[in-house]
Amino acid sequence: MSDGASLLPIIAILPFLGALVPGLMIRAGRTACATFTAIPTILALTMLIVLAPSVMRGEVLQAEIAWLPQLGLSAAFFLDGLGLLFAGMILGVGLLITLYARFYLSGEDPMGQFYTYLLLFQGAMLGIVLSDNILLLLIFWELTSLSSFLLIGYWKHLPEGRQGARMALAVTGGGGLAMIGGMLILGHIVGSYNLTDILTQGEAIRASEWYLPALILILLGAFTKSAQFPFHFWLPHAMAAPTPVSAYLHSATMVKAGVFLMARMWPALAGTEAWFYIVTTTGLITMVLGALIALFKDDLKALLAFSTVSHLGLLTMLLGMGTKLAAVVAVFHIINHLTFKAALFMTAGIIDHETHTRDIKRLGGLRHLMPVTFVIGTVGALSMAGIPLFNGFLSKEMMLEEAAHTVWAGSVWAVPVLATLGALLSVAYSLRFIAHVFLGPVRDDYPAKPHDPPFGMWAAPALLVAMVVVIGVLPAAVVGPLVAVAGGAVIGGGEMPYYSLKIWHGVTPALYMSGIAVAGGLLLLALHRVLDRIWLAVPRPEAKVIFDALVSWVAALSRRITESAHNGAVSRYLAILTVATVALGYVAWRGSGLSAPTRAPLPVPPVVAVGWVLLIVATISVVTMHRSRFRALVLIGVIGLMISAGFVYLSAPDLALTQISVETVTIMLLLLALHFLPKTTPRESGAGLRLRDAAIAVAAGGAVAGLAYAFMLRDTSSISDYHLANSYEGGGGTNVVNVILVDFRGYDTYGEIIVLGIAGLIIFALVETLLTGPAARRLRNADLSRNISRDRHPLMMVVATRVMMPIAVMVGVYIFLRGHNQPGGGFVAGLVISIALLMQYMASGFAWTQARKRIEYHAMIGWGVVIAGLTGAAAWLAGAPFLTSAFGYIHLPPIEEFELASAMAFDLGVFLTVLGAVMLMLFSLSRLARHAGESVNIEPMDYDPSKRVETAEGGDR
Amino acid sequence: MEIVVASSVGVLTAGGIYLMLRLRAFPVILGLALLSYAVNVFLFSSGRLAIDMPPILNKYGEASYTDPLPQALVLTAIVISFGMTAVLVMVALGSYIDCEDDRVDMPGGLDGDTGKDDGQ
Repeated sequence: MSDGASLLPIIAILPFLGALVPGLMIRAGRTACATFTAIPTILALTMLIVLAPSVMRGEVLQAEIAWLPQLGLSAAFFLDGLGLLFAGMILGVGLLITLYARFYLSGEDPMGQFYTYLLLFQGAMLGIVLSDNILLLLIFWELTSLSSFLLIGYWKHLPEGRQGARMALAVTGGGGLAMIGGMLILGHIVGSYNLTDILTQGEAIRASEWYLPALILILLGAFTKSAQFPFHFWLPHAMAAPTPVSAYLHSATMVKAGVFLMARMWPALAGTEAWFYIVTTTGLITMVLGALIALFKDDLKALLAFSTVSHLGLLTMLLGMGTKLAAVVAVFHIINHLTFKAALFMTAGIIDHETHTRDIKRLGGLRHLMPVTFVIGTVGALSMAGIPLFNGFLSKEMMLEEAAHTVWAGSVWAVPVLATLGALLSVAYSLRFIAHVFLGPVRDDYPAKPHDPPFGMWAAPALLVAMVVVIGVLPAAVVGPLVAVAGGAVIGGGEMPYYSLKIWHGVTPALYMSGIAVAGGLLLLALHRVLDRIWLAVPRPEAKVIFDALVSWVAALSRRITESAHNGAVSRYLAILTVATVALGYVAWRGSGLSAPTRAPLPVPPVVAVGWVLLIVATISVVTMHRSRFRALVLIGVIGLMISAGFVYLSAPDLALTQISVETVTIMLLLLALHFLPKTTPRESGAGLRLRDAAIAVAAGGAVAGLAYAFMLRDTSSISDYHLANSYEGGGGTNVVNVILVDFRGYDTYGEIIVLGIAGLIIFALVETLLTGPAARRLRNADLSRNISRDRHPLMMVVATRVMMPIAVMVGVYIFLRGHNQPGGGFVAGLVISIALLMQYMASGFAWTQARKRIEYHAMIGWGVVIAGLTGAAAWLAGAPFLTSAFGYIHLPPIEEFELASAMAFDLGVFLTVLGAVMLMLFSLSRLARHAGESVNIEPMDYDPSKRVETAEGGDR
Repeated sequence: MEIVVASSVGVLTAGGIYLMLRLRAFPVILGLALLSYAVNVFLFSSGRLAIDMPPILNKYGEASYTDPLPQALVLTAIVISFGMTAVLVMVALGSYIDCEDDRVDMPGGLDGDTGKDDGQ
């Protein structure tokens, strides 16, 4: 990449960075805000000018920042003639719009927002024209749809603005979605997503069987963006935007994006019959239809909007013809259309701003009141009409010349006649713009007294019309080189066709066609009053009504689908999910079948058979007796015990320890919850429904059992041999499961303890919300006395738990310390200690235990995560990756040699988090009980034998 | 032995799914508990079954061991599923106290939200 090319990504990113500024600078005043908006644009423009000489010499600058090369994703930018032309237009007009908007926007409009949206949009457009990667281009493409939505809907208080913005987003965004498909196909054909690669592969693309789908999808994107028939309807509705937005979006940028794309893809896609018939026909229809509607629009901006539609059709038609000369003419007309249309939009904005109306029927005679505006508007409109000495004439002549030679489906007349008709209508509405707004008698009923605006407001359009005239008179000298280099880029190199940019080409067919157009246009203008009456009397399809009907139909349809599938019945979703999963499993099984078993089944000793019977009976009993909730809970405990026993038998001592302690905690939790819940479940579903659910359940269970059985009897390769081989040498422990947890897969464990900690905090937060909300009152009034035993803190239990406490803690510590080499570890130890603590809560009462608690459970979770994290980070000090463990053996004389491993500190973190989280969960639940009116005992037991005499009177405190 | 484990997983899954399809929060929670037993045992069984071969290395001689990896994964799964059950219990409890109703289905579907468009 050359030095210059490295500027490209900076140019592309500048507007986005700049977009952050206006929102802040608006506090410094409106002028400061506009100035700071201009700065990134000026910077980018300067860089572009620095790069321009080498591009004008014919070089193509490229810059690439690789991101995901495997997927073909990179931030790749390139600048050739076409890119230079468009980037210059986007930035140059952007600058003029910034100036114009400073004076156009009123004091109530949030200007900072406007400039932020404007820069975002400018950045998105710039990205489209500079992207070398089509996936990147797609992202910028959708960004223009989104940012133009913000701009069009800028006046949020106007319903037309909001509706127009929504319509523009729906149409252009929808087209963008189609284009994504087309681009992906294109990338697939070429094998690369780089535009520079794609453009060289035109032959292969056009020969591919996927050419037509790709072409149609890409053209859908381009046609929607460039408002081609039948998608033209969004553009006039987008006119509800402030005029600077219309001038920017609809002269130089947004709508030109589609034209740009067609020009960009021209070497790859153009030249086939399909391209010619789709693109030229669409362009021709759009050109004539747009011009016809424009003639009968009374709103100045609507007139200009339909005129834009018509000119975009003209450009599309030129690109569709597929000849090199037509493509060059299109480039020339892009420049010309930009200059006069931006100037005209700004003129319309000035008129609206000064007279407070854009209705042509309420205007007229403004030439005396607004002389400067009159000159600007007239020059712009004459250029739009294609009158000699103005630049519109030049490209229109060349277009007509091209049209005269185009044969459409065997007919030599179709294209020339329709093109002349389009030009004729164009003359008519352009002259109407002049005649009905500026000429005629001065009226006395303008909504506001018209006068010329301040210099700042007319400076931008004046500059543009000056260019109109200069290009019109000296085309070859002023824009000749630019047209040549941009046109060369469109046609993909090779020989340039012969053309000359000059006013007088001699007596050609185009001159006759132009003459007919001007004469016919004048005639139509003279007959306008009559024609207008006929136009208004004839019924026409109204695009907005059709669009709205379509949208509401789609919305109703999706609502119906959503409501039938997603009706709030959770049990239904779960049933659908289960059935679908089983069905998919069945399909997979039918598809591939099973290989023969490779392992012999193990024998079943009688004791295992007994355990199995217990498990099955308990499970079936839970299901049949689940309406009696307490009984179901007890049975769940039986299942958990049987599973723990199974783990012991099947060589998984760690799992057995964990399962049995988790079982205990789970049952306590559910018991505490059941305290507040109804004790029975009513029978609600009918026999049919239960039968259906049972069928689903049996099918799923059978499928899972079959899967598990098939799985267990076959061998697969596994990575476990590595763990077994390296556990002692690499991790310093003989309990491989624990070494995997704290060492090999320590990062997983670290994440899991954080999840557990978060679960604890969620529960705490939920209880906190419940206790401060309206539920708290209901809780206070709830009558739970039925559930409370009269002897709440039985003597036997208090004494037993007290005695057991130190033993339980010692067991916990022991399990923790041996964990690295023998079954145990932080998880189990944390659970064992929390059970020991819970026993105190249960036996001696909440308040009594709480008073003796020293450490907050939140802090314990935090410390656990911090200790585990710091242990992992300590490995960095040794230059090793996160969570690399170290270990050594220490021998202190009175006790045996023992091991110290950094993994133990990590396990300590696990221990603390598990303990903190479990305790926080159950502690939160018991807070509910306190709130529900459970009284506080001061003594460990409600009944203290030694104080029998004193308390006999007081009774239960 | 394999048939014993497989049938247990199957019965636990069937019971879990049946309870999960009930209409009140408490049986749904019980169902999920049964289902998590089933899933844990299933995951554990993916390491194949072995008797008297715990993955505790024998320092004094050669021995064969069962697959330790599924055990490590299931160990954390057991603890995490406890955490999730606890959150679920709390949510169910909160909604019961708030609405005095522990139905899991929304009564009357989702007709609260008709989302009228602006200005049309």
